[in-house]
Amino acid sequence: MPDRNTSFIIQSSPHLREKDSVPKIMFTVIISLLPAAVGSIYFFRFKAAVLLLCCIAASLLTEALFIWLRKLSFRSLGDGSAIITGMLLAMTLPPSLPIELGVIGAVAAIAIGKQVFGGLGHNIFNPALVGRAFLQTAFPVAMTTWVPPALIKVNTATFATPLGNLKFQDAIAQGTLTPLKDLFWGNIGGCLGETSAIALLLGAALLLYRRSIDWRIPLGIIISIALFTGFFWLANPEKYASPLFHILSGGLMIGAFFMATDMVTSPITSRGTWIYALSIGFVIGLIRLFGGFAEGVMYSILFMNAFVPLLNRYTRPRILGETRKK
Amino acid sequence: MKLKTFPKGTHPPELKDLTAKKPLESIPPPEKVFIPLLQHFGSPAESLVSKGDEVCLGQKIGECKTLFSASVHSSVSGKVLAVDNHVHPGGSLVNTITIANDGQDRISPEIKEKGAHVLEMDIGPDEIRHIVKEAGIVGLGGAAFPTAVKLTPPKDKTIDTIIINGCECEPMLTADSRLMLEYPEDILYGAEIIRLATGAERIIVGIEDNKIEAFKTLKNYVKNASTEIALLKTKYPQGAEKNLIYALLKREVPRGGLPFDVGIVVQNVGTSKAIGDAVKDGIPLHQRAITVSGSGIKDPKNVMVRIGTPFKNVIEFCGGLKDNVDTLIMGGPMMGISQWSLDVPVIKGTSGILAWTSSPYQEYDCIRCSRCVDHCPMGLVPTQLMKCAKYENLTEAENWGILDCVECGCCQYSCPAKIPLVHWIRFGKNKTISLRRKKSA
Repeated sequence: MPDRNTSFIIQSSPHLREKDSVPKIMFTVIISLLPAAVGSIYFFRFKAAVLLLCCIAASLLTEALFIWLRKLSFRSLGDGSAIITGMLLAMTLPPSLPIELGVIGAVAAIAIGKQVFGGLGHNIFNPALVGRAFLQTAFPVAMTTWVPPALIKVNTATFATPLGNLKFQDAIAQGTLTPLKDLFWGNIGGCLGETSAIALLLGAALLLYRRSIDWRIPLGIIISIALFTGFFWLANPEKYASPLFHILSGGLMIGAFFMATDMVTSPITSRGTWIYALSIGFVIGLIRLFGGFAEGVMYSILFMNAFVPLLNRYTRPRILGETRKK
Repeated sequence: MKLKTFPKGTHPPELKDLTAKKPLESIPPPEKVFIPLLQHFGSPAESLVSKGDEVCLGQKIGECKTLFSASVHSSVSGKVLAVDNHVHPGGSLVNTITIANDGQDRISPEIKEKGAHVLEMDIGPDEIRHIVKEAGIVGLGGAAFPTAVKLTPPKDKTIDTIIINGCECEPMLTADSRLMLEYPEDILYGAEIIRLATGAERIIVGIEDNKIEAFKTLKNYVKNASTEIALLKTKYPQGAEKNLIYALLKREVPRGGLPFDVGIVVQNVGTSKAIGDAVKDGIPLHQRAITVSGSGIKDPKNVMVRIGTPFKNVIEFCGGLKDNVDTLIMGGPMMGISQWSLDVPVIKGTSGILAWTSSPYQEYDCIRCSRCVDHCPMGLVPTQLMKCAKYENLTEAENWGILDCVECGCCQYSCPAKIPLVHWIRFGKNKTISLRRKKSA
């Protein structure tokens, strides 16, 4: 050997790297969304499948367009983040939504929600929710027209989501409040992927196991909404629904496990994360009980996204050996 | 039993099986040794010899002139060939004394006179400090901080505990573990000397639970009640000074402070042995234990090697490099320094020589996953420090505690976006320190 003073790689320490990578994290999220996606196709059949595929395709195309415009490597298209945005967006849309509106939403999600900020890692707001908020504002009627799942036969003209039923049709007094069992299995009206709590929990278990999401966020949101709605329910069960109803209905599950946990748009410090999660639950409760909408998950997450940079700044962890000023 | 540990940190693969069971072997001294005058933290020593001089083994050939410095000694007997710049594992060229080995290992007369204080313990703190300074001993864990300074606590601080660091939390390295198995008496003797020098009451030897054999061995040799052998959880960086102190005693070294401030002195097991040897036999630091390992080494081993032996000779002794090796490291895989040449010599701070073939990865933008924050043992926000350093916002970097970073590498190890966080933080630290100097000047 040794006259081989050949080329060695010179780099700064550490010289070992964990195997996990950005694409691996993204594809874990995609896999964990599959049970809910399959569930949505089971409950809403063909329409759900088409909406899902179109949103994903539109997201990928928009992402590709921006990569081309910004003269970046097309390799970053393979990181999987655009697929997640497309999937998450589709899963928060009503099944009856015209396909072209879904496509518009996906374009808005990637373009306005993500790429104008500089792409993955630089956006302030959750891209899928930006797309949904865009649609909600631009097409309010289409976004609040609901169809029942394929398994139940009811009058479609007056069909509402469990939360809409609670808020606008006086469900508790009428005795028509959706049973918890239906909320859990998902045989209810609502957006594509938000109906079945069990399918979402299956995926969430994988995310928690792989540590792809921060457990503090779903826990914080659920604790906070349970306390908020529980307080009013105990005070007046004739008027307010139980905390369990609120946890299982609407977009809370998908929001708490898949939307609020988006790494890019959630805080990086532990204390910041608790504040973020508890506030989201509080704002959801506020909107659901006292706001003008039946559902408030989307707006409360977007609202708290805006505070993330501030939370990061003011919740710096304690450095070892640091004594706080008294 | 719940093992002692510190919060956060990470679990890189241990990779110690390659050499854990291999006893230390002595490498025959090479034909030429290259002894750099700078092998430690601080300023270089000044050469006491010139070309053509005859030197003995253990003869002082470089004198330390400042407080933060250490003397260097010849590790062989022979003739000085040159005193000039030579490649150094630190990356730059350093003034180095080249000695042709005559193969006789003639021992310096200075040493023969000494060797009086065998196990009597009849020496005072000042004498110990003098011996340690004369023997050129520095921290052998890797940072190579001059030991005499560490044994001189400021007058207003009382030292109550000596911690002997046998954690060896770096993956792959097993030399310290071998020292504990093969020289337990010498290590405990050295620890006792350190205790005498600082006036401490007790000694704690901290060992990670993946070295249970070393723990048991040392425990068998403990003779007094003031020495405790403590088992710690295997977690990186358990052996980092401030984290080790917290794990064992739940004391926090203040920001910017030293272990002195909480009444503690920490020394590595190898340093402890070197101190013992210097006091017992008058032998200055002229050799050390290192691990030669990694998938790129044909026959990984633990070796006892003379200071100044070129890496080339050490690797040759271990069967040579495999083909396609593209990474050569001095130290451990988490904090070691990349090497570009096999001509660099083993220095006092060389704890290992590692070689392997690296696998490429793609860097992404930060996705704010917060893993670096969750793993930082110092409680910092590495991604924020990286951004501050990158855009040279140094005031902000200081507010976020950039100078508290110990460069352990937990953040970069766990980063899924593969961002060279430690590189950026080092860059920011250097900028911040030089800005401070400019301001105070």
